Amino acid sequence: MTYIPISARERDAMLATIGAKSLDDLFRDVPAAHRFPKLDLPPALTEMEAAAELQDIALSNEHTRGDLISFLGAGSYNHYVPAAVDHVLRRGEFYTAYTPYQPEISQGTLQAIFEYQSLMAALTGMEVSNASHYDGATAAAEAVNMAFAQYRGKRRKVVISPSVHPQYRAVVRTYIQGMGVEIVGDDPQGDLDAGPDALESLIDDQTMLVLVQYPDFFGRVFDYTKVIAAAHSKGALACVITNPTALGLLKTPGEMDADIVVGDGQPLGIPMWFGGPTLGYFTTRKSYVHKMAGRLVGETIDNRGQRAYVLTLTAREQHIKRERATSNICTNQGLLALASAVYLSLLGQKGLRQVAELCYHKAHYAAQKLAAIPGMKLCFGDPFFHEFTLCLGRPAAEVNAHLLEHGILGGYELGQDYPGLKEHLLIAVTEMNTKEEIDTLVDALSEASHD
Amino acid sequence: MNTPANLKYSKTDEWFDPATGAMGLTDYAQSQLSDIVFVEIQVESGESVAPGKAIASVESVKASAETYSPVVGQVSEVNKALSEKPETLNSDPYGAGWMVKVAGATPGSDLMDSAAYEKYCAERSH
Amino acid sequence: MTETTVAVSPKIVEPTIFDLSSTGRTGVTFPEPDVPLAKLPTSLLRKDLPLPELAEVDVIRHYTRLSTFNYGVDSGFYPLGSCTMKYNPKINEDTCRLPGFLFTHPLQPVETVQGNLALMYQLQEWLQEISGFPAITLQPAAGAHGEFTGVLIMRAYHRARGDAKRIKMLIPDSAHGTNPASAGMTGLQIVQIPSDARGNVDLEALKAACDDTVLGMMLTNPNTLGLFDEHILDVTKIVHDCGGLMYGDGANLNALLGIVRPAELGFDIMHFNLHKTFAVPHGGGGPGSGPVGVAAHLADFLPAPLVDIVEEGSDDTPPLFGFVTPKQSIGRMKAFHGHFGGGMVRAFTYIAMHGPDGLKDISQYAVLNANYLMARLRKAYHVPFDRTCMHEFVAEGRFEGSDVRALDVAKRLMDYGFHPPTNYFPLIVHEALMIEPTETENKDTLDAFVDALLKIAEEAKSQPSLLHDAPLTTKFGRMDEVKAARELVLCCWLPENGIADI
Repeated sequence: MTYIPISARERDAMLATIGAKSLDDLFRDVPAAHRFPKLDLPPALTEMEAAAELQDIALSNEHTRGDLISFLGAGSYNHYVPAAVDHVLRRGEFYTAYTPYQPEISQGTLQAIFEYQSLMAALTGMEVSNASHYDGATAAAEAVNMAFAQYRGKRRKVVISPSVHPQYRAVVRTYIQGMGVEIVGDDPQGDLDAGPDALESLIDDQTMLVLVQYPDFFGRVFDYTKVIAAAHSKGALACVITNPTALGLLKTPGEMDADIVVGDGQPLGIPMWFGGPTLGYFTTRKSYVHKMAGRLVGETIDNRGQRAYVLTLTAREQHIKRERATSNICTNQGLLALASAVYLSLLGQKGLRQVAELCYHKAHYAAQKLAAIPGMKLCFGDPFFHEFTLCLGRPAAEVNAHLLEHGILGGYELGQDYPGLKEHLLIAVTEMNTKEEIDTLVDALSEASHD
Repeated sequence: MNTPANLKYSKTDEWFDPATGAMGLTDYAQSQLSDIVFVEIQVESGESVAPGKAIASVESVKASAETYSPVVGQVSEVNKALSEKPETLNSDPYGAGWMVKVAGATPGSDLMDSAAYEKYCAERSH
Repeated sequence: MTETTVAVSPKIVEPTIFDLSSTGRTGVTFPEPDVPLAKLPTSLLRKDLPLPELAEVDVIRHYTRLSTFNYGVDSGFYPLGSCTMKYNPKINEDTCRLPGFLFTHPLQPVETVQGNLALMYQLQEWLQEISGFPAITLQPAAGAHGEFTGVLIMRAYHRARGDAKRIKMLIPDSAHGTNPASAGMTGLQIVQIPSDARGNVDLEALKAACDDTVLGMMLTNPNTLGLFDEHILDVTKIVHDCGGLMYGDGANLNALLGIVRPAELGFDIMHFNLHKTFAVPHGGGGPGSGPVGVAAHLADFLPAPLVDIVEEGSDDTPPLFGFVTPKQSIGRMKAFHGHFGGGMVRAFTYIAMHGPDGLKDISQYAVLNANYLMARLRKAYHVPFDRTCMHEFVAEGRFEGSDVRALDVAKRLMDYGFHPPTNYFPLIVHEALMIEPTETENKDTLDAFVDALLKIAEEAKSQPSLLHDAPLTTKFGRMDEVKAARELVLCCWLPENGIADI
């Protein structure tokens, strides 16, 4: 009863006030045959014992800050998180509060989300951002929901590039199961060299949304201006899934005239944490804001004339609109939106540009060295940011097993999703990878190529 | 509460003007919704409407509502200005707040006159 | 809403980080490149990067000041009905940040993350034991996400039997809005089922709605009135008899730990809210974590992947944990494996520290605290469904001969130092105040809360303006929500404006 601060004497007094004889007496509505099952769970641990047990469990992992050198990306990236970020998150007033339904005593959360929205709009080059979705994949699915709502079901086709993250494509497919929506264009066995131009012929007057990724899953950087214009010429919306670190350096989807920009905020101050929680950002044009799902914070004033913030346009959300709402989403990733706001505030324009450039230069150094190994080459000739696809000339799984013996987490084995790419690794390099680590990877792969 | 005598009223709080074919949200409905911040007309000129078919979606600060066509007919005109100034629905529900006009529609017997509608609203206020 | 007639510029209590920006500052520097520089792709570079520039101390002071504008469970009593705002043990904050958890990549070879997988497997087993469901997915990110997962599973189950005519979801009028919204996302029609005079599902209405077009029913039990349905076994039987499935919304599981296993009541599927029942902090609105448990006949439809033992262990070697895909899986609900660090590690720590008896204590004391508050308040606040409640109850915030409303009561509570209860939900109660004290509050706190509410009930008659104007002692007063919605200032940076001061 560590966290239950009621003594036996107080309990009895409370029962007397209620008019009940015992605690068990309060549960007479529960069918007697099923009441009070004996739970077969291990006995309670003290805090000291629990801390030790969790320490043991954590130690049985091999992690990327000491045990392993990592070149694994594919949607989750090993970035440096400044110490100040977690110190802000650890403030109990932030992390033990709920959704800011009572704005008078939630201005901390509300202003932080407003700042997060502003930062994400600035970063993606868009007009508005919501308060975040669960992750990048569900944010992409919510882009489909928004397009569906925008056309009120009159258009039912989504064109998706095959170089969108396979798990994101899978999540979109799960989400649309009951919607009668058709997905075209993302055949993993199709021509992966073709690039965005190949999508244009698929866009027609039934298309509600075109979904591309920037940099794409293979690390390539395409300017999507043309395919977005093609979508617009048929009356469709265009959504760009974006890596936020890349936006420290690269042209924004806003500059390409995108209607929606989504992505995973994990690179912005959130640890990899075995994949979650992260956040999904969602930015768009102001004219679509009523169809956008998710919480939204707006500026206003209080009755004392002070600038303040509130959850706004709430009538479009599920608790009012119920089954007519664009989405069922109820929460946002509040604490993680705060993490990203603090991260971006700390780095600022100079810091984020610096991280992006470090990623870029280190990835290009690695790519150049690796492509020089006999039998290996870069798979695509297009510009890339901090991830690239390496053709190994032998099964990627074998190569990765060899690397792991050297304490290296190799890249992502693309054959898992693309049957034609069994000998291909997707390699990610961030500011965390030193030249020495990259050289170690090059040596280990050279060795593998001689086996 | 304002209920002009020349209009017909539906149980879902829409009005219909048999003289002009215009329809919209009643004064009672706008006052229940309070501050309206968003309206989306969901039909276009030439489209057919019928009772039960949504013609517009309305959102206020605290509530949302669908507006249904009170009659069978074909849309002849849509009030495009409304989405720019949704608060018109609060200030002038029977005038500038009209939503769509339909051609050649006659009100069905299920629609109420102003006296019956007033009574219907009064019953719900309790 | 209070009228505001302020024409002058608003008073800035705390500038935004954009306001605080000053050219040339930075909060963190990174090492210079240790590799040769590559050529940047000039045609693909962005024109400008309009982010603010601040030193670390500026950032820390800004967010520290903002934190003081917030009220959390650590600040005081937070009886927000249906949200289970219990105390969040500090040890969970440390365990979830162990380097072995923080710095593992979701796509690492399973051999290198056996700790994570063992923890997930164990948590699945524990949730199975608590709920009675033999299979669990930990993937859903939040309660609503779990609901959506559940509805997709129900739909897939019927379709796999070749039964596509089931297009209706039955949902009580007291349900959370997420229930109809989740069902609506899969294209289902919603049929609303009324409640009876004692706050139960109206059995006659339920029978009338049940036919072979019903996919199933979504039911929160105890429901949002805080009441355990007195005919729960009849409800689940009626729905099963027409071929429908019973979905349990686990929002109120904090009343049932060691009290009853939902699966034994006839539920086929249920989501958990790890952020409510198992003390994962709410984080100002997330992250949550919404695992879903299913009966055996639905296990093949769970989202992929699940954690399972892929190689049995022996006396000397532990089993090898890995990922498996159920045969008829509905697919993937999100990227990777769910809210591992923020949700699962904290919930695991919490359950490990409670054990079977501790879990039962949680529910018993949560129910004790709620009934105690109800017993002490019912003379001053009308309780429309006045019978033994579970972990929460609903009272009405309105008084004979006073124009004070639930909203006013809620705002006035802030002046007494409390977070208000949920108000205006459930929709079937006028001026609802939904009060959930949780088990982590002591009697002194509960008594002080009662005293405040009794005082407010007096004020409602003697000084109603005090309530209309409340809160008066907080840093901020009531908000102009109409202005926010009409003017829609959603961001302090706009592409056409650029950024001030840079």
